Amino acid sequence: MPVITMRDALNDALREELARDESVFLMGEEVAEYQGAYKVTRGLLEEFGAKRIIDSPITELGFAGLGVGAAMAGLRPIIEFMTFNFSILATDQIINSAAKMRYMSGGQFKIPIVFRGPGGSAYQVSSQHSQAIESWYAYFPGLKVVMPSTPADAKGLLKSAIRDDDPVIFIEQERMYGMKGEVPDDNDFTIPLGVADIKREGTDATIVARSLLVPTALKAAEELEKEGISCEVIDPRTIRPLDIETIIKSVMKTNRVIVAEESHPFCGIGAEISAEIHERAFDYLDAPVKRVSGADVPMPYAKNLEQLAIPDVPQLIAAVKEVAYV
Amino acid sequence: MSSQTTQRQENARTGAAGVIDQPDKSTDRLLEEEDRETLLKLFHQMLLIRRFEEKCAESYSLGKIGGFCHLYIGQEAVGVGSISALRPDDYVITSYREHGQAIAKGISPEAVMAELYGKATGCSKGKGGSMHLFDASVNFMGGHAIVGGQIPLATGIAFSSKYRQTDQVTVCYFGEAAVNQGAFHESLNMAQLWKLPCIYLCENNMYGMGTSLQRAMSMDDVATKACAYELAAEFVDGMDVMAMRRATQRAVERARKHSLPTLIEARTYRYMGHSMSDPGKYRTREEIEKYQERDPIKLFRATLEENDLLTEDDVKQLEEQVREQVERAVKFADDSPFPQPEELTTDIYATPLS
Repeated sequence: MPVITMRDALNDALREELARDESVFLMGEEVAEYQGAYKVTRGLLEEFGAKRIIDSPITELGFAGLGVGAAMAGLRPIIEFMTFNFSILATDQIINSAAKMRYMSGGQFKIPIVFRGPGGSAYQVSSQHSQAIESWYAYFPGLKVVMPSTPADAKGLLKSAIRDDDPVIFIEQERMYGMKGEVPDDNDFTIPLGVADIKREGTDATIVARSLLVPTALKAAEELEKEGISCEVIDPRTIRPLDIETIIKSVMKTNRVIVAEESHPFCGIGAEISAEIHERAFDYLDAPVKRVSGADVPMPYAKNLEQLAIPDVPQLIAAVKEVAYV
Repeated sequence: MSSQTTQRQENARTGAAGVIDQPDKSTDRLLEEEDRETLLKLFHQMLLIRRFEEKCAESYSLGKIGGFCHLYIGQEAVGVGSISALRPDDYVITSYREHGQAIAKGISPEAVMAELYGKATGCSKGKGGSMHLFDASVNFMGGHAIVGGQIPLATGIAFSSKYRQTDQVTVCYFGEAAVNQGAFHESLNMAQLWKLPCIYLCENNMYGMGTSLQRAMSMDDVATKACAYELAAEFVDGMDVMAMRRATQRAVERARKHSLPTLIEARTYRYMGHSMSDPGKYRTREEIEKYQERDPIKLFRATLEENDLLTEDDVKQLEEQVREQVERAVKFADDSPFPQPEELTTDIYATPLS
């Protein structure tokens, strides 16, 4: 299996799906001639032409809404946000139009659209360009939210998202574009939405992590193994629908849980997963569910402060030891 | 301040600030070019919508219609005239004041009334209500309830027609207050940049809820805003159904043949409050009566009568026919069942969650 970067895995997914279905088009800022602000869309203009790979003006609300309208009228748009920070301008169209159209029309319209782009923390760009907002979107019925943590997952999940008949928020971690991994080069390789992946099996504690925190959790698990503590690492991959069954099954086995995330703790996905575990598996817990989240502050610029705002391996190790009472 | 405001109001009403595309005002000539059947259909539709909306007000007072209910009374010529210029497969998308346009586009009064009553037989299965009427079978792409939210959607629907190389045209209705939203400006820019077959039809009824245009907009004329995007535009007398039909026909030709957008500003007026809960204290009785002198139904009736195309007996017959249509719609809505409890959790996803 070829070893490629997350960036190239996403590029492959886009290329294969654009080739597979004429009704798929890609629109966003700098996606065509500039080849993508992060080069995820490199080469697509040349291969598919200006009709299908479209540079938009800086008009997020406008082109997000254009995408939803196009989806209502038979197309399958992929709308790229240069970063998800800019999707905040488009939330009216994502939430009030994309998420609710099917319901309020009594099921008459499907909205097969993917809103994708980098999200989460970046490197030293301060508060407005470095934040994880998946909990905003995951809150709304009608949306699906996907966050891959490996190149293979990125490819398989993006292909599924493009083929899905519902609006999908697909958040790529900005720091992970260069991450390498084995990726199937098979055109039919897809990963279904809503299925968690056990990234590492273990018996003593479960770490539920997504996106950037998956590699961190795996490193922590590796360190803890040396101390005789066996951690299971579960990546839900899809935040909505959430594969809570896989998480609960693991909790019933390990009886101890850490939920790791780079996002703010308040009203976050970690809080939701924690609540679900308490409701469904309270009797199996040997310790309260422990959240390890990003700091509850806007992201600072200074490198040392920025590092303090994102959970790291020592923090995860300490958290596991806390729930394991060691 | 007050004299300036009065002058601005007068300018806004007459379009004195400037006309971009000179509308064709010759009603007599228009009548020569249309057959009587078409003209009577327009009259019938306006009358039906007027009586339908009057019945809605009554049903709302009786508690049969819930939530917000925005009536179209006074604005009938805009929806009826413009939709009459479309093909059945053209798209219409609009705001929350959409009962009239829904009926004009071909949703049955029964399905609209049942939706207002929150019944399972409503055009949105009772899940949308007054502000969210939809019917995919007639390409009625919905009532949308965030001011201006439908404008980018319309742009996308038009984008799809162009992409799929159909020659379908999209008409997007919105009020003048929506023009202050970024969604309007972002959409017009994209539409002209990418040459999309979309007609942006602003129904300037002079008030955004209780705020007059003069208190909300730095200029009086909506159509002139098209200049900023080099879009074709024209002012139309929104009380004149034939003027609306003609202006829309011109815009349809521009869209269908040349794939170009148009901004139409229809000068109109709503007689009722913003919604049923609005006592309307921001305007005078005299002002409303002044506009009612140019009532679109009254005006068109006079034109038809002057041209020997309509008699008093015809009107009586039409009134009776419309009364029956509305009664039928109410009976259908009354007799229909509410949605089953299971409907609460259906229609959220097209691909159900595992």
